[in-house]
Amino acid sequence: MERILYGDNQFFAVNHLSDSKSQALAVRFKDNEAIIRTLDHAREAGINTFMCTTHDRIAQICDIIRANPEKYKDFKIYPCMPYAHKYANAMTDLGIAGTIKQYVPGNLFGTMFKGGKAFISKDYVSIMELLIDAEMKMFKGIKTPVIFLQNVMTDLLLGLGMVDLLKGYHDYIITKYNAEPGYITMNMPKLLDTLEAAGISNPIICASINKVNFRMSGGKEIYEETLRTRKFRAIAMQVLAGGAIPPKEAIEYVSGLPNVESILFGASSKANIQNTVSTINNFDSNKV
Amino acid sequence: MAVRVALIGAGKMGISHLSILGANSNVEVVGVCDTSKLVLGALQKYTQFPCYTNHSKMLDQAKPDAVVIAVPTKFHYDFVKDALSRNIHVFAEKPFCLHPEQSAELTALAESKNLVNQVGYHNKFVGTFQEVKRLVKEGHIGEVQHFEGEAYGPVVIKKKADTWRSDPSEGGGCLMDYASHVIDLINDILSPVKEAHGTILKTIYSSQVDDAVYSLLKLESGASGLLSVNWSDETYRKMSTSMTILGSKGKIISDANELKVFFKDQKCPQGYSKGWNVKYVTDLAGQVDFYLRGEEYSSQMDYFINTVTGESPNTINNFKSAWITDKAIATIKKSAKNQY
Repeated sequence: MERILYGDNQFFAVNHLSDSKSQALAVRFKDNEAIIRTLDHAREAGINTFMCTTHDRIAQICDIIRANPEKYKDFKIYPCMPYAHKYANAMTDLGIAGTIKQYVPGNLFGTMFKGGKAFISKDYVSIMELLIDAEMKMFKGIKTPVIFLQNVMTDLLLGLGMVDLLKGYHDYIITKYNAEPGYITMNMPKLLDTLEAAGISNPIICASINKVNFRMSGGKEIYEETLRTRKFRAIAMQVLAGGAIPPKEAIEYVSGLPNVESILFGASSKANIQNTVSTINNFDSNKV
Repeated sequence: MAVRVALIGAGKMGISHLSILGANSNVEVVGVCDTSKLVLGALQKYTQFPCYTNHSKMLDQAKPDAVVIAVPTKFHYDFVKDALSRNIHVFAEKPFCLHPEQSAELTALAESKNLVNQVGYHNKFVGTFQEVKRLVKEGHIGEVQHFEGEAYGPVVIKKKADTWRSDPSEGGGCLMDYASHVIDLINDILSPVKEAHGTILKTIYSSQVDDAVYSLLKLESGASGLLSVNWSDETYRKMSTSMTILGSKGKIISDANELKVFFKDQKCPQGYSKGWNVKYVTDLAGQVDFYLRGEEYSSQMDYFINTVTGESPNTINNFKSAWITDKAIATIKKSAKNQY
């Protein structure tokens, strides 16, 4: 993985601190050209990996990337699935079964329901695989060397103890997509324990890691201890804690941590992208 | 010793509670009950939790200390009563009951049996709203004159097949399901709703229930305010709840992430100054041991478990507060003369 990964929150009106800023972002990135222009700024700053949710808009961005193979020949996407709000909003309206019925393609689910019989393990694995395939469809022909499970899903399965499904995701990403599975989580130490117990060694884990303890479940100390003593490939996200920490201070902290392979960040202006990249590079080059 | 907890209803909220309970080292999940073959099958195959299809049977066999009830609203009354009558502590999802008389009866029953009782109005555990309450209750913005309570989100954005949420007799609709959060915040932060005027329950995509609620409220404190809630607004990515409060000494504008406070003069609480102040949930949210969807969901469940073990008082989101909210919902509903 590259040292710096570029995220997509800013494109989809995700601002962890302000609903009004969220709305301003929605206005600013209404057109795909605005997204592409900003991605180009990131590329000019030397970032070639875009980590993004499987939002409907990303499908349109993928069309543009596919149409310009020369321009994007070194460009990689790390998909993160599922786009949770799509499902969460649908669940409030349709219930769990109704939501799966709506999003599992084809007739499989309808057939299963009509049968009126108990579901068997194969059915759940099929549902999971079909949902992954549906989410991955938009990336056809684009390099996706790492594919992530979003934190809502990772952490839901983690709390429920559905270890076989976390493992099932891992195995399917490797066999079907020839890619590395990654997990986004807000509960990094607990997830690592669980994945290791399931026989997954050296997993890719993307977690909130920042100076102010924001979304670091159990506390910063356990996170630092885990980074120091355990074997896994860490990606630090939310390093600015949504803007609560001044950028330089935030990056200094994360750069100083052991075992953080990559830093994920999102920024919407050219200047902020360039500043963030050069700040990370500066701290890295000063490291012994 | 771990608190023995059972779950009735493994839908969207129930599954989320179950995951949070499953991750809590002070909790032993002793049973999960649901009628969906799809969901129960998955829980049976992939988790360690004992599964049931009949809640009475589960309560009798699993003998939980506490139960989380997350079934459609119309079943709350019966299921909560079933649990209380077996001397089991209860956490119920919101809104509490379809009729305030039912809420009153359950409140009295829980209190008479000295059982822990809580309802899932999770906004009360959001750092910004907790700070708003503190600023108002300590009188820092003076006498409250007017407020606006709002919530918008993209739940029903086209005509779709009906579920219990689209049936008014089962507790569906924007007023019961969505606006109840805002009404509960108004009751708690400001004062209970006394009167509702000019209420519009507006149908947008649903055939039988309201998709938007607009109402002018008068509170017992004398403050007036506007309730404006719409769950068919797709300009929002997810539910966005906000409160604006105008007082004699200042003004508060807050959502779940950002708190803006204006003070008219220098006499303001520590950490604030004259003019505009902005605070973020990152400054105000407490640390949780397990995070899923938002700190507040873990915090409210931790609070419930701590109340069962006697470490917290049963003051936040108790049945009584949810009953007051049910009464306000009934008042608002009654004032809606016409469906638009």
